Amino acid sequence: MADHKPQQPPDHWLVRPETIRVIWIVSIVVLAILVALDLVIKNDHPYFGEQAWFAFAAWYGFGVCAVLVFVSKVLGFILKVRDDYYDD
Amino acid sequence: MTDLALPPGLVLILAGLLLPVLPGLLRQAVLLAAPLLTLAAVWAVPDGPQLVLTYLGMEIIPVQADKLTRVFATIFAIMGFAGALFSLRQDRIAELAAAFVYAGSAIGVTFAGDVITLFVFWEVMAIASTIVVAMGPNARGASLRYAVIHFLGGVLLMIGVAGHVFQTGSTAFGEIGLASWPQWLIVAAVLLNAGAPPFAAWLPDAYPSSSWSGMVFLSAFTTKTSVYVLIRGFPGEEVLIGIGLFMVFYGIIMALLENDMRRILAYSIVNQVGFMVTAVGIGTPLALDGAAAHAFAHIIYKALLLMSAGAVLYETGRSKCTEVGGLYRYMPVSCICGIIGALAISALPLTSGFVSKSLISSAAGYEHMFYIWLALTAASAGVFFHAGIKFPWFVFFNRKDYLYLHEGRPKDPPWNMQAAMILLSAICIGLGIWSAPLYDLLPNGAMIKGHVYEAYTPSHVLNQLQLLFFSGLAFFLLLDWMKRTTTITLDVDWLWRGLPAVIRSMFGIGWALAWDDLVDKLEAAWNRTLGGLFRTHGPEGTLARTRPTGAMALWMTVLLCAFLLFSFFQV
Repeated sequence: MADHKPQQPPDHWLVRPETIRVIWIVSIVVLAILVALDLVIKNDHPYFGEQAWFAFAAWYGFGVCAVLVFVSKVLGFILKVRDDYYDD
Repeated sequence: MTDLALPPGLVLILAGLLLPVLPGLLRQAVLLAAPLLTLAAVWAVPDGPQLVLTYLGMEIIPVQADKLTRVFATIFAIMGFAGALFSLRQDRIAELAAAFVYAGSAIGVTFAGDVITLFVFWEVMAIASTIVVAMGPNARGASLRYAVIHFLGGVLLMIGVAGHVFQTGSTAFGEIGLASWPQWLIVAAVLLNAGAPPFAAWLPDAYPSSSWSGMVFLSAFTTKTSVYVLIRGFPGEEVLIGIGLFMVFYGIIMALLENDMRRILAYSIVNQVGFMVTAVGIGTPLALDGAAAHAFAHIIYKALLLMSAGAVLYETGRSKCTEVGGLYRYMPVSCICGIIGALAISALPLTSGFVSKSLISSAAGYEHMFYIWLALTAASAGVFFHAGIKFPWFVFFNRKDYLYLHEGRPKDPPWNMQAAMILLSAICIGLGIWSAPLYDLLPNGAMIKGHVYEAYTPSHVLNQLQLLFFSGLAFFLLLDWMKRTTTITLDVDWLWRGLPAVIRSMFGIGWALAWDDLVDKLEAAWNRTLGGLFRTHGPEGTLARTRPTGAMALWMTVLLCAFLLFSFFQV
């Protein structure tokens, strides 16, 4: 009976769990290096004092995106409708 | 001026009008040659007014050039070429013809030296772009709505232009400013085309209804001619800062909610034009250069993104994120080019977006506009989030495999579409590495004069990388919240697409019967009145009857007899 089972083609190498694990590890290392570089590279001509805060761009970027997702999620409850809502 | 100068845009317009009558191969040759010829014509026009006419006592300057003109005309011509290359195989010739007329009239706007020429080309653009939208599948409703909104904008512009000419006594198109109501009407009409609130919904409604090639053209011209008119006519008007920032965040949030890949990119156009409008509002030479540079870079990477999306639509016939995904292994060229466009729109260092967008946020920084700078930085993170990752992730990855393989394996599109994508990818990266050609083009030369601006300082690059990578981290950590649903998101266009149906449904059967009753009664009353009138005034009516002449003679005799009788008795 097992012979009749359709052969599942192997996953593309890019989506195998091992590859994804490597991608995550490399990404985390890169993120850590970027934050660490903040100690080395100083902004010579900051426009505002806030830019000198430690890893300002990193946590600001992360925070902004989290807020944007949250706002869009809340708006989604009000504004999302089935995609055949308009009949044209 | 003695030598004859014609608007360079006419080359594209005439080529567009010729296209439908040309046979196959010749048509393809004209498609590719006309934009290049236009580009040459753009650069052949020297600075200053070249052609001055008088019409009804008003001065008309159809051809007038300066550096700002050339930035926009150049990118429009390049876009015409890339778009033509991409859509060589589009069977609907009317779409290509309209797209060329559309591109040509956009170039016409940039060369307009007076507000009347501006208005004429503006309206030709509206008509031609409506045809491009209408050539899409099932685009009837969307194209009608598009036409209504843009002709409304045309009316506003017409009134504004007439009032402006009447007030100032001059037709010249230079800095207009917001002195009184005609100028406000002009800016309203221009902002309507730019996709500004409250009518921004026309853009994500109309553009994604066009065909796989139509949206590539549509994304470039209408909104960017508006940016051009704002830069020339309304630099430093502070109201534009608020409007621009609203557009920036509106675009991001609506794009985050969206499921259709081309609607995501449509909202992303509003977002990017918001950056430019904000820059025009800041109004310093650096900011205005930033707006022009960003328009230039944006046209290229947005066209690239839409070509990538167009390729997916062309091959699979699908454009919803819930239906595509996992295409990376079947369409590698489209995937890589799409990712390059996505990185460029996110302003990753070494791409064109980085060298152009940095000018705008630096301009805010130099002016010490802290909150505006903070908002622009937040928006940069948001752009990466909604367009930079969301688009390629949901279209090309997200799934291990494409869902509809039983319909046939999708593959990369024909060579010409791939060539167009590779060409634009090369420009995106080329300008990121070697930005001098773009900076040299810019009207104010703010970055060259006194070295005000240097994009690639270590701290600037590091900040941008931190911003983008941590936005990316947020995306993948919040991926569960980002799951696509088969929904659309209501926008302002609900007011004219949804509200009428709601009002109709509020009136139930009782209202319908009462209405019928009322109509019946009114009809009966009308018929009664009509019948009465017919009886007296109709052809056989009492008052309209014809009587024999003999009757008149008889009555005359009777009258005379009576008169005779009375005269006897009186005596």
